[in-house]
Amino acid sequence: MSTNINHKDRKIHRQISLPFSKAFQISLESIRIRFWRSLITASGIFLGIAFFVAVRTGMLFPATGSVSTVIAAQNRQLWLSIMALVVCTVGITNAMLMAVTERYKEIGTMKCLGALDSFIVKLFFIESCLLGLIASVAGSLIGWFFVTIIHLLGGEMSHMTTIFWLGSLKLIGFSTLLGTFLTFLATIFPAIRAAQMPPAAALRVEI
Amino acid sequence: MASNEYVVRTKGLVKEYTMGDQVLRALNGVDLDIFRGEYISIMGPSGSGKSTLFNAIGGLDKPSNGSVFINDVDMAQLDAQELAYLRCHTIGYIFQTFNLIPVMTALENVTLPTVFAGMSTDDGIERGMELLKIVGLGERFFHKPSELSGGQQQRVAIARALANNPSIVLADEPTGNLDLKTGTEIIHLLKKLNREQGVTVISATHDLKMVDVSDRIVWIRDGRIAKIEERAEIELHIGEMEGEQEELTHP
Ligand SMILES: Nc1ncnc2c1ncn2[C@@H]1O[C@H](COP(=O)(O)OP(=O)(O)OP(=O)(O)O)[C@@H](O)[C@H]1O
Ligand SMILES: [Mg+2]
Repeated sequence: MSTNINHKDRKIHRQISLPFSKAFQISLESIRIRFWRSLITASGIFLGIAFFVAVRTGMLFPATGSVSTVIAAQNRQLWLSIMALVVCTVGITNAMLMAVTERYKEIGTMKCLGALDSFIVKLFFIESCLLGLIASVAGSLIGWFFVTIIHLLGGEMSHMTTIFWLGSLKLIGFSTLLGTFLTFLATIFPAIRAAQMPPAAALRVEI
Repeated sequence: MASNEYVVRTKGLVKEYTMGDQVLRALNGVDLDIFRGEYISIMGPSGSGKSTLFNAIGGLDKPSNGSVFINDVDMAQLDAQELAYLRCHTIGYIFQTFNLIPVMTALENVTLPTVFAGMSTDDGIERGMELLKIVGLGERFFHKPSELSGGQQQRVAIARALANNPSIVLADEPTGNLDLKTGTEIIHLLKKLNREQGVTVISATHDLKMVDVSDRIVWIRDGRIAKIEERAEIELHIGEMEGEQEELTHP
């Protein structure tokens, strides 16, 4: 009997490490299936990034007035953008930590059904990157759009130079990467922790 | 039915839980041999260690000491891949709380283990539908768990446990959340699978209805096996069963 199992083992390795495409499919399905929950999670990322981009977009418009008021305004904006980054990080961490924690039982169950730790991590990796990317793109664009509109309505058309456009593009690109990366970071550590728990412990977790 | 080949053996199984500086021995030297094709009930008062034994036999938790052999393979010797393979192919799990994935339909829940087994989607769906028919839910394959009754959810869970043709079905109080009638149906379904497909059923339970279908009953108390009864003996003094349970519940 034991030789029988050992013999089978050799074939297992390929069988259990599922292809990436299958994991991608399950992850996408997982986001789609719990659409409203995903939307709430994503809105945490979205708001954080939108806030950050809004503050940074404001900084693309030069402040006017006396030297001292300009310096004061720049300091305020710098401070605000640091705050925005902190708020954004906390928001994302919170949203993703919840999203993983509420699925401990699901993780335990999947392990009972034969999922490898690495497969669980892979699922959360793909999910977090997808969710982070979508939410960050949306957040960046919307944050940028509103602040720009407000400045335009305030008659600052003359500031819409190439420098502004280049700065905007860089900001949106950077913020999208930042948001996706933060989402990934905030998901992957709790996901690894959950995946490494013995199934009995994961199944016992009540939230 | 039951052959004289062992499918599960435990040797000197000990499980300790440490909480602060307190050590609690949930299992205290359990030696148990289970034959292929048997229907075994593990009974005992609350807190006696039934679920702990379930977790150890199912490879869901590591024992502090002693060994579990599944088909003569020491579980402690398996690496992560082999353990996942064992959980996927050799053992099917059934829980008191069903543990279906809430966002998936009945069919998706049942096909999930076939995905982990590397089966193609089409084959998985075919297998899933076949199993749902066997447990009497062929019509309700597209329903989410929240749209099913407790008994129906447990049927889905049983179908899922059988997805990859396991040789062992492990159940932890499968009827614990069900009413009398539904519980009886589930017990008979498990017995039918045991008889017709030859799966070994090991079930931790409080449910005396299980006694009727069990080949053997393992009574455990304080993490030890108090006694093991054969069905023949049980039938002799079935009338005393209630008293037996009393005695074990209030020692
Ligand atoms: N994760 C844990 N941490 C600490 N103690 C635990 C843990 N799991 C179980 N125990 C303890 O181990 C003992 C056996 O628990 P177990 O869950 O195996 O009992 P049981 O026989 O399944 O009871 P029930 O019939 O109520 O389900 C109990 O005293 C319990 O408090
Ligand atoms: Mg229990």
